[in-house]
Amino acid sequence: MDLSSIDPVLLIASLMVAATAVMIAAIGELIAERAGVLNLGVEGMMITGAICGFAMAVQTGSPTIGFLAAAAGGALLSLLFAFLTQVALANQVASGLALTLFGLGLSSLLGQDYQGIKPPSTPRIDIPVLTDLPAVGRIVFGHDLMVYFGLALVAATWAFLKYTRAGLVLRSVGENHDAAHALGYKVVRIRVMAIAFGGACAGLGGAYISLVRVPQWTEGMTAGIGWIALALVVFASWKPWRVLLGAYLFGGVTVLQLNLQAAGIAIPVEYLSMSPYIITIVVLVIMSADKSRAPASLGRIFHATH
Amino acid sequence: MVTLEKRPQPSRIVAWSTPFMAVLATMIAGGLLFAALGEDPLVAIRTIFWDPLFGQHAFFYRPQLLVKGAPLILIAIGLSLGFRAGIWNIGAEGQYILGAICGAGMGLAFYPAEGWFIFPLMVMAGALGGLVWAMIPGLLKVRFGTNEILVSLMLVYVAEQLLASMSLGLLKNPQGFGFPGSRNLQQYPSAHNAELIAGTGMHWGVAAALIAVIFAYVLLTRHQLGYHIRLTGEAPRAAKFAGIAPARLVLFCLGISGAFAGLAGMFEVSGPAGQVSIDFNTGYGFTAIIVAFLGRLHPVGILLAGLLMALTYIGGEIAQSSLGLPAAAIQMFQGMLLFFLLAVDVLTSYRLRFGKREAA
Amino acid sequence: MTDALLSIRGLTKAYPGVVANDDVSFDILPGEVHALLGENGAGKSTLVKMIYGLVKPDSGEMRMRGTPYAPSEPKAARAAGVAMVFQHFSLFDAMNVAENIALGMADPPPMRDLAARIREVSDQYGLPLDPWRVVGDLSAGERQRVEIIRCLLQDPKLLIMDEPTSVLTPQEVDILFETLGKLKAEGTSILYISHKLEEIRKLCDEATILRLGRKVATCTPRDTTARQMAELMVGAELHTPTREGRRPGEVRLALKALSVTSPGQFGTSLKAITLEVRSGEVLGLAGVAGNGQDELLAALSGELRSGAGMVVLDGTAIGDKGPAERRRMGLLTAPEERLGHAAAPDMSLTENAALTAAERQNIARNGFLSWNRARGFAREIIERFDVRTPGTENAARSLSGGNLQKFVIGREVMQDPEVLVVNQPTWGVDAAAAAVIRQALLDLAEGGTAVIVISQDLDELMEVSDRFAALNEGRLSEVRPARGLTVEDIGLMMGGSHDMEVADA
Repeated sequence: MDLSSIDPVLLIASLMVAATAVMIAAIGELIAERAGVLNLGVEGMMITGAICGFAMAVQTGSPTIGFLAAAAGGALLSLLFAFLTQVALANQVASGLALTLFGLGLSSLLGQDYQGIKPPSTPRIDIPVLTDLPAVGRIVFGHDLMVYFGLALVAATWAFLKYTRAGLVLRSVGENHDAAHALGYKVVRIRVMAIAFGGACAGLGGAYISLVRVPQWTEGMTAGIGWIALALVVFASWKPWRVLLGAYLFGGVTVLQLNLQAAGIAIPVEYLSMSPYIITIVVLVIMSADKSRAPASLGRIFHATH
Repeated sequence: MVTLEKRPQPSRIVAWSTPFMAVLATMIAGGLLFAALGEDPLVAIRTIFWDPLFGQHAFFYRPQLLVKGAPLILIAIGLSLGFRAGIWNIGAEGQYILGAICGAGMGLAFYPAEGWFIFPLMVMAGALGGLVWAMIPGLLKVRFGTNEILVSLMLVYVAEQLLASMSLGLLKNPQGFGFPGSRNLQQYPSAHNAELIAGTGMHWGVAAALIAVIFAYVLLTRHQLGYHIRLTGEAPRAAKFAGIAPARLVLFCLGISGAFAGLAGMFEVSGPAGQVSIDFNTGYGFTAIIVAFLGRLHPVGILLAGLLMALTYIGGEIAQSSLGLPAAAIQMFQGMLLFFLLAVDVLTSYRLRFGKREAA
Repeated sequence: MTDALLSIRGLTKAYPGVVANDDVSFDILPGEVHALLGENGAGKSTLVKMIYGLVKPDSGEMRMRGTPYAPSEPKAARAAGVAMVFQHFSLFDAMNVAENIALGMADPPPMRDLAARIREVSDQYGLPLDPWRVVGDLSAGERQRVEIIRCLLQDPKLLIMDEPTSVLTPQEVDILFETLGKLKAEGTSILYISHKLEEIRKLCDEATILRLGRKVATCTPRDTTARQMAELMVGAELHTPTREGRRPGEVRLALKALSVTSPGQFGTSLKAITLEVRSGEVLGLAGVAGNGQDELLAALSGELRSGAGMVVLDGTAIGDKGPAERRRMGLLTAPEERLGHAAAPDMSLTENAALTAAERQNIARNGFLSWNRARGFAREIIERFDVRTPGTENAARSLSGGNLQKFVIGREVMQDPEVLVVNQPTWGVDAAAAAVIRQALLDLAEGGTAVIVISQDLDELMEVSDRFAALNEGRLSEVRPARGLTVEDIGLMMGGSHDMEVADA
C-alpha cells in the first residue's frame, strides 16, 4: 500500500469532476421539488441523457451537440412523468419509479450499438499561464466547461429562487398550490416546466458521466448516482449552495475510495465501492433532523376543482 | 377540450378493468416498438405472449412460468402491504440478495453434512436476512424520520457489493478452480430446493408465494392490522386518530416485505439459480414493484400480474433467441406497462368530461 | 342603472348534480358596503368566484361601470380593480409578509420599496404589520391583515371579503370595521359575505340574500330585523335546541396544568391548561382559530401524549395513553376536520364506522373484524341521525359536509361515551343539521355524559354551554358560568385577558 501516491491537489481537482454529474442532476431535482414535485425518476433520466448524449456526440463528433441532445432527451423523458403526474394525476412516487425502470430499459436499447466506442473528447480549458500555476492552477482552471457550467448553474439557481419574480412564483406553487391557484397562477404549467428543467439537468448530468467522467457507454452506468442526487436535495434542505457542498462531499468520498483502491489499501474493493452509498445514508440520517424546509406541497396531487 | 371530474367515489369496475386496458395499450405500443426495431409486431407479440403457453415447446416453458412468477409474486405481496400504507420499500432487490446470501450461507455452513433440519434453517436464515436488511431503513425512519425510499435503495447498491464480496471471498467454492461463486446447492441434497413434483416447476418458493397471497388476502380483508394498513394509506391523520401507531406499522410493513424478499432470494439461490454468484440478482426486486402496481396492490391481482410478468420474461427470452429481439426491449416493455397502468388509473377516481373548458 | 360600479345580470352556474347559481342579478354601487347573505351551500362562494375570475359563468353577464366585464382569470379581475380576501387565506406559511403580498400583485416593486409601502398602508388603515415576518408565525387576525393589505396595495374599486370575521375576536372585528369604514369613505365598494346577521346590520348598506343558488330578496339591513333576514335565508322557521336545567354530577375529566408542544411548525403549544368537566355538563370553549383548539383535541384524543397526570379520566391518569385505550375507557372525541381526520374520504361508511368504534361496538374480536357488525352500526347511525346517503357502502367523501358531520358526530354519540369532546361540531353545516347535532350533544349531557364543545361560533356556545372559557395562544381563560356573560366579557376572555381581572357581569 502506498498512500503517498495520492496527490491532494489532484484529489481536489478530480473530486470537482466527480461531483459535477450529481450536482447538475440534483439542481434540476431541486427546482422540481421547490415547485412541489417529487420526481424519483432522476436515475432513469440520467441514464437516458447519458446514452442520448453519447450517441449524438459519436454521430456528430461534437460533444456540445451531445450535451444538448442529452438535455433534450432527459427533458423529453421527464415530460412522460409530467403527463402522468400533472395530467393523469398519478401517484408521484410510483410514476417516478416507472420512469426510472423505463429509462433503464430505453437506454440499454438505444445503447446497443455503442458499447466499447470512445466518444470525442470534451476539451478542457487551458489558459497557458493560469493553468500552470502550482496547485491553484490545476484546481481552479483547466477543467472542462461542464465543471464551470455546474458551478454557474448552482449560482444561477440560487439567484433565480431568491431574487426573481419567477422564482418567487415557483416557490409559491411548491408551498401551497391551492393558494397559488387562487391567486391565478398556472400551477400545472409551472410544474411541467420545472419537471422539464429537472429532466434536462438530469440528462446533462448523465451525459457528463458517459462523455467525460468514464468516458464510454455501458448499461446501467449511472449506478445509483440519480438516487444520490435525490438524497443530495434532502441533504441540502432544498438550498442550492448546499447542493454544491453535498456534491463535493460525495465527489470527495468517491475519488478518495478510488484512490485508496488504486493505492492497494488492505480493505477489499467491494467495501470501498459501497462506501459512497453508506455515507449517503449516514448523511441522510444526520440531515433528517432538519425537515422544516421541505416545500409544503411536495408530492401532493393538485387538481383544480374550480 | 377534455377535463377531469372527480367521481363521488372510486369506481370498482374501472379499477378492475384498468390493468387489462394497460396490458392492451402496452401490446399496441410494444408492437410499434418492435416494428421500429424491424420485427413483425404480430409475430413478436405472439412469441412473447402465446408461444410460452401454447407454442411448440410449451411443455418446457410452462413450468418456467411458476419458477419465474413465484419470486415476483412473493416479493410483490410484501411490497404491496407497505405501498398500501404509503411506506415505500424500493430496496427489495437488496433484501432479495441478502436473503440469498444468508440462506445459502446457512446451508453451506453445514456442508457436507446431511439432515432434514438444514433446509428449514436456511428458510429462516433467508427470511431473517431480508428482514434485517429492511429493518435498517425501517428503524432509521422510525427513529430519525429518514426517508425510507432513498435508504432502502442505497442499500441495494451496498447489497450488490456485498454479493460480489461473498462470491469472491467468504462463500467462494474452495473446489471451484478459482472461479467466483459458491458451491452449487443443487448438488447438496439437504440444501436443495428441488421441484416438489418433477417437471412442474413447483418448488417450495411457489408454495410460499401461494401462502403469501392467501395470508395477505385474509390480512387485508378480515384483520384489524390490514384495516390499519389501508387506513394509514388512505388517510394518515385519520389513522393516527383511530389510534394506530405509525412507527409500529412502518416496522411491520418493511419487516414483512423484507422477509418475503429474503425468502424469495433464498428459494431462488437454493433452487433455480443454485449458487451465490456475482450476477445472481436479475432485477426481480424492481420488477416486483411493477407487479405490485399492476395487481392493483390486491393479493389476487398480484398473483395474476406476477404470472403475466413471468410470461413476458419467458416470452422475452424466446424472442431474444428466435427473433434476436434485444433484452432491453423487454425491460422497456415492462416499464411501459407500468406507465400505461398509471396513466389509465386516473379513470378510477375521475371521469373524463368532453366539452368546453372552464377557467382553471 | 348606469351609475352602478358592478352590475350582475342573470348569472347562472351549474355543476354536475347541482345548480350553484341560478339567474342571480344585483348591483353594487360605488362606495357601498353590499352584503351577500346566505347559508352554507347557498351559492355565495361560487358567485364571488365568478366575479373574481376563478369560475366562468354558464350564462348571464356582468358590467363594470357600464362596460362588459368577463374576467377570464383573477389577474384580469385584479386589473379591473377587483380584489378579494379569501375565507381560507391564500397565504404561504413559509414565506414572509412582503413575499406573500408580492405574489398577489400584478407588478410588484422591488422588495425594499414594497416593504416601505406595506408599512405606509398598514399605518394608514390602522393594521400594524411587519413586512419581514414569516407568515406561518402570525395569528389568524394578522394573517387576515396580510390579505387585506395585499388587496389595498392594488387600489381596488371593489373589495370582496369572504366571511372575514369568522377568525377574529370581537375587538379585532371592531378594528376591521373601522378600516372598512375608511375605505368606504374613500369611495371603495365592498362586497361583504357573511351569515352573521348582527354584523351585517351594523356594517352594510344593502343586502342580497341567496338561498339554494337563487336570489330570494334584497333588503336594507338597517331596516330589517335579524330574525327576518334569518328566515329569508333559511326559508323556514328556525328550530332552536331545547334543554332542561341540569344539575352537574361528579367530575369525569380533569386537566391538570396540561402542557404539550404542538407537533406542527406553525402550531400553537398548550400552556398549563387546567379544567374540570362534570357529568351532565356542557363546557364550551371559545377561541379564534389557531389558538390551540386542534392541539387540545389531539391531547384529549390521545394523538398527542402528555405527562400521565395531566389528563385524568374518572380518577385514572391517562395522559400517556394512546387513542385506543382512551376510547376503551370512555373518552371519545370528534375532530374538526371531517375528511381525512375524522373520516377516511375514500373508505365506505361501514369502514369509517369501524374507525373509532371497533372496540366499543364489538366489531373487532381477536384482531379480526366483523364487517357485518360494522355495517349494522353504520346503518344505526344513518337512521338515528338522518344521514342522507344511498347506503352504508358509499364513500365518505360522497356525502355532503352536513351529512358527513352528522355521521362522524353520531358515530361518537352512539357509543355512549363517558366524556365526549367535539371540535367545531357544526362548522360548514347547514342550519337544520346543526340543530340536530346540537340537540344530540344536549341529549347526551342529559343522560349524564360530560361534554366539551370547542367552537368558534359564539352563538352556538352560548346556546349549549353551562360553563364557558376561551383559548388564547394555547392558554385557557378563567372558566365561568355561561349564563349572563356579555359579548364584551367573552371578547376579553378571547383576546388575551387570561391574566387580567375581569369584573363580574
